[in-house]
Order: sequence, then structure tokens, then C-alpha cells
Amino acid sequence: MTILGPLLFAALMVLPTYLATKSDEKNLVNVVDETGIYSKAIKGNSTVQFRNLNMGIEEARVAFKTDSADALLYIPKTESSQKAKAVLFYQDNQPSLNVQERVRSEMDEILEHVLIRTELGIDPQKLKGLNPDVELTTRNIETGKKSLALLTSGLGLFAGILIYFFIFIFGSQVMRGVLEEKTSRIVEVIVSSVKPFQLMMGKIIGVALVGLTQFLLWVLLTFMIITAVNIMNPGLLDASGDKQKVISDSGALMPDNSESAQQKDTFDAESGFAAIATGLQSINIPLMLLSFLFFFLFGYLLYGALFAAIGSAVDNEADTQQFMLPVTIPLLLSIVMASFIVQSPSGPVAFWFSMIPFTSPVVMMIRIPFGVEVWELVVSMGLLVITFLGAVWLAAKIYKTGILMYGSKVNYKVLWKWIRQ
Amino acid sequence: MNILEVEGITKDYSNHRALEDVSLNIPEQSVFGLLGPNGAGKTTLIRIINQISSMDKGNIYFKGEKLRPQHVDRIGYLPEERGLYRKMKVGEMALYLAQLKGLSRAQSMEQLEYWFNKFNIADWWYRKVEELSKGMQQKIQFIVTIIHEPELLIFDEPFSGFDPINQVMLKEEILKQKDRGAAIIFSTHNMASVEEICDNIALIHNSKVILQGDVEQLKEDYKTNEYDVELGNCPAGMASLNGHDMKIVREEQQDDLVKGRLRVNNEVTTNEVIRRLINCGEIRGFKEVLPSMNDIFIKNVSEIPKA
Repeated sequence: MTILGPLLFAALMVLPTYLATKSDEKNLVNVVDETGIYSKAIKGNSTVQFRNLNMGIEEARVAFKTDSADALLYIPKTESSQKAKAVLFYQDNQPSLNVQERVRSEMDEILEHVLIRTELGIDPQKLKGLNPDVELTTRNIETGKKSLALLTSGLGLFAGILIYFFIFIFGSQVMRGVLEEKTSRIVEVIVSSVKPFQLMMGKIIGVALVGLTQFLLWVLLTFMIITAVNIMNPGLLDASGDKQKVISDSGALMPDNSESAQQKDTFDAESGFAAIATGLQSINIPLMLLSFLFFFLFGYLLYGALFAAIGSAVDNEADTQQFMLPVTIPLLLSIVMASFIVQSPSGPVAFWFSMIPFTSPVVMMIRIPFGVEVWELVVSMGLLVITFLGAVWLAAKIYKTGILMYGSKVNYKVLWKWIRQ
Repeated sequence: MNILEVEGITKDYSNHRALEDVSLNIPEQSVFGLLGPNGAGKTTLIRIINQISSMDKGNIYFKGEKLRPQHVDRIGYLPEERGLYRKMKVGEMALYLAQLKGLSRAQSMEQLEYWFNKFNIADWWYRKVEELSKGMQQKIQFIVTIIHEPELLIFDEPFSGFDPINQVMLKEEILKQKDRGAAIIFSTHNMASVEEICDNIALIHNSKVILQGDVEQLKEDYKTNEYDVELGNCPAGMASLNGHDMKIVREEQQDDLVKGRLRVNNEVTTNEVIRRLINCGEIRGFKEVLPSMNDIFIKNVSEIPKA
């Protein structure tokens, strides 16, 4: 442990940085540029590559469906008095914040160059209208729904962190419960009536139900508070009327130049809620909720079983440390990796961390809002369930011997002996 | 009829053998003492009977049926290491443990009321367990052990933590359980209590049963044919009694009373001893010396060095 500890800590600190610098996700963006300004100058970098298509948007959209490209950037021709606009289409996964920022900054830069070059020939009034700020929207190519990268990442992070906290809080609650039964010496009375496995699973499931109740209560109360605030302060959150319109508008694939679009834009600027409502449209909320419940439950069960084993193996809370460390490090790692996952939600790092059962509950929740392929979700869930069963089997062996063992010094060698018994 | 038959149990732990070919028969409605030095394997055996631990070899029969998980409701177990949920209320705790043994809530309430009144602890019902003294907690533990009127009771060092008054009370309650019809396995180091309440014993040492049997019979078997005598009117002392088949172990003069201990050979009957004593002086006191369980314990255990 003396050697393993520092190694684990070092890995915890170095790995995320290493992975982040060794940016792993390669994104190919098809470009359809009707203005002809950007396509020549756009160059990309190591993570984002652009490919100019010499075709119309309709043609490009059809081609995109069978293409290996991750996104399709469409820059429509705009009147010079209008703000420059572009749409980034995606099909399976939402482009990460990283990609979107890259596209936006490159376009801004190009536009700025163009403006400077032609500055002398443009009258100041017009220059004012020309804003070197490209309005980039991201839309799903199938549904045409707008997505909001910030919202998507925020939602994923929120769900991931929530799971992290739940696992930690309720996992250690299981551990303390087991330890309490052991140190108060009531455990032998109880196991003379029920099997140690039943007692352990009872503890884990019991705490899970407490956790779920608490979570549902939170959701319910939050909802009630928001509703109450809404009723008392109708102006504050009143976006419902216009939201309807935005949703109906969002069916349109192209950024339209019509007046309604103008209205929508001003409205978007005025009310963040409408934007959130539109952004939420791009996220599969039921899937998100169901996955949350699943990963919350099984992530907790997996860690809960391990925490129960730790609680049974030691005599007091101080001794838990040596076993806690290796159990909590994957959990910590997943949360440390969170910001990187958000930047690159479908890269290999995100993929593997969302497959490894010890990190998947947190990492997969961060990925889901960006869109995850069904098979990945199924494999990840399957692996988690299998690992959970394995962990329970292992924990039960340790638990059975551990709860009746007092005063002996327990290390990994001893644990291994118990498992083999 | 035996309530419990233990046949050839062997239990190995990774680095030592805890029990080796242990066989015991526990008759119905009797108190069975399970004796042995620390680490002999008593607790392991008790845990196996309670199906907390598994055995590597052997069989256990409960009333003629192979021991199975359903039998736990017919056994009451008071472990040596015992405790309660410290943060719980006494009543809640007792109700929970009673129901864990298969009683309905109503039955549990009824029984608990009876026992709490009997032990004068009814006012503790709403108190927290952690507020109670150790002795008080022991009372509650005793109650929840016997509350479901099990056919077999197992007490592991039941007297530890009780003051002398409560020890007497506990002893009486244990014997009442026997009168009710229960068989009791009683593991202890306290040899005095063994003599008072046990009908049969088994002595476990170094993972093996080295001695087993009826308490009275064992005492008979281990007696050394010694007598404590008091003679009056005997100025010459007992010296004349010394002979080839009778030895004076010790002798002391107290005013006109001679006190002493005699050891005789097997063939010398008690009546013969008395006859010889009459010739010597006036018999004021006469008692055959039987070995205490303590003597038997020490003799057997020290004969075999600890492995």
C-alpha cells in the first residue's frame, strides 16, 4: 500500500492532463460554403479537419448521411447587412464544445480578415452592420432541432456529478452501517437468524431505497418550488407562450432570413429559458432520465457492495482508509476526467471510460446528452451489471468472514485468503 | 431422545484446524455444558450449530432431521460477543429482533410486555440503547434470545457482564427454560456455574472433545477415594489409621478436634473407613471428597499440552 498509494495518486494527477494534451478525438467537418469566403481560408487543426464540398446543401445533406464526417457546416449566403450565419449539422453525436468553438473562432477570424481587407471600400454605416461575429447554430440533421452545447455539457456534467455524489454518500453510508453492526457486536445475533448474504444485501438495498427516495423527493420539491415561484412571479419564468413558437419554428432546417427568424433571434437573446427549452429539444430527456436511474442504481450497487466488504473487513473507521483508496480512485478519476469528456464526448478516452464499469456511471452520464450509440449504451450497462454481480459475489465472501473477525490485522493478503475460502 | 446430534464435525481454517472430528449428543430438556480453554474451538462449534459458519466434514441433526436454515427459528442464541444497535430505542430494537426470529408483531409485543415487566425494565421501552448500562443491555439480549420459546438455547458465556444478583436471577431463568422443556447449550469458563446447572458436559481442547458425559458420573469417575473427617475425643491423633490401604493426606489438631483427610485404596468401602474411624475416636464429621469440575477441567487440560 505504501508504494501503491503514491502510484495511484500520481496516475490520478498525470493521466487526465496527459489525455487532455494528447487530444484524441478527430473530427471531420464537411463544409458547404455558399458565400465562397470561408471555404478557401478555413484550415482546421489536429482535432478538427475541414473538407470543402463543391455541392449544394441538399446534395451535401444526402451525402452526409452515408459519409464518415462528424458534422456538416453550412454557411448560407447572407446579405452583407445581415449578421453572418452558419449551421453545424450533426447526425449521431452532437459536436463537442471543442469543435463548435473551433468552427466559430475560425469563421470569426476569416470574417475579420475579409472585413479589414475591404474596409476602405465599405461605408461606416455598413461596417457597423457587418459584425465579425458569426452566428453559429448546431442542429440535428434529421430533426432539425437546435442544440445548445453549453446546455448539453452542463446537463451531462450535472448528471455525472450527481451520480458521483450519490455513490460516495450512500456508499459510505453502507460502509458505516456494516461497521456499526460489526463494532456494536450485534451482527452475530442477526446472522444467527438471517444469512450474512441477506444481511449484506439488505443493507445495500435498504440504503439504495433511502437514496432513491431522497432523490425523488429532491426532484419533486425542486419542481414544486419552481412551480410556486412561477405562480407568484408570472413574469419571471414566463416563456411558455413563445416557447411554443420556437419549437414549431425549430422544425425548419435552414436558418431563414425571414422576419420571423429575426423575431426569434431577439427573443432568444431576451429569454434564456426559451433557448434552454429549444436546447433541451435536442436531448433525449426520457433516455437521459432512465439512464440516470440505471447508472445511479447500478453504480451505487457496485460501489455499495465494495464498501460493504470494506466495512466488514476492518474493526474501526480509521482502518478503512487503506481499502478505501483503491475503491475511490476510479470514482475520483471519472470526476477528474469529466471536463475532458465534455470537450471530447465521443473520443476513445470517453468511450473506454464509459465502458469500464468503475467509471462508466459518471462518464456515460456525461456522454449521453451528446448522443451515444445504442450498442455502446447496452454494452456499458451490461458490463456494469456483470461487474456488479461479480463484486457482490466477492463482497459476500469477504463479508461472511469479516463480520465475525475481531482484532486481527487485515491486509490484502488476508482478504484474498477469505475470498478463496 | 436427543435434540441435537453432532457427528464427526471437522472445520479447517486456512492456517489451523478449529475442530477435529467433534461428536456430541445433547439430550432434550437438559443443560449441556460446553467447556474448554480459550481458543479450543467452542465458539466455532457454536457458530456451526447456528449455521453461521459452515463445516468441512460431518453432520448435525436437529430432532433427527438434518440441520437446515429453517431450524434457526427454533434455536435461541446469545453470543459471547453481543451488542445492540446503539442509536435505536430499546422497544423498537427488541421488537425487531423478536420478529427476526419469526414472531408476529402482536406476539412479539405480548411476549416483550411480559418479560419487560418480569425483569422490571418496562420504563426503558422508549429509552435509547446507548443510555443503558452494560448489565441492562444484557437483560434485553437475554430476553430477545428466549422470546420465541426456542427448543434449543445456546448461551455463550452468559454471565459475563452481570452483577452477582443478576447472575443468580439469570441462572434461575436458565433453569426455568429447562423446566419449560428447552435444551440448553451452555459455554463457559465458570466451573462453579457448570456444577450448579449442567447435566452433561463436553470438554473441548485443541479442537477435539477430550471428555464427555454426565456431570455426576464424571465426578464419580474422577474421585480419588478421599474423605474429610473430623474426630473428637482422639488424643492420639489419626496416626494409627495409616496402613497399606489407607493414607493420611493431612491432619491438624484443633482444641480437642482432629481434622484430616484420608485417601484409601479402591477396595476399601466407605463403611470400612467408618468402622476404622470409630475405633480411633468419636466421628464428628465425615464427607467423601468429590472432585470439582474445576479439578477435572484442569487435570484433563493440563495433561495434554496445548498444541
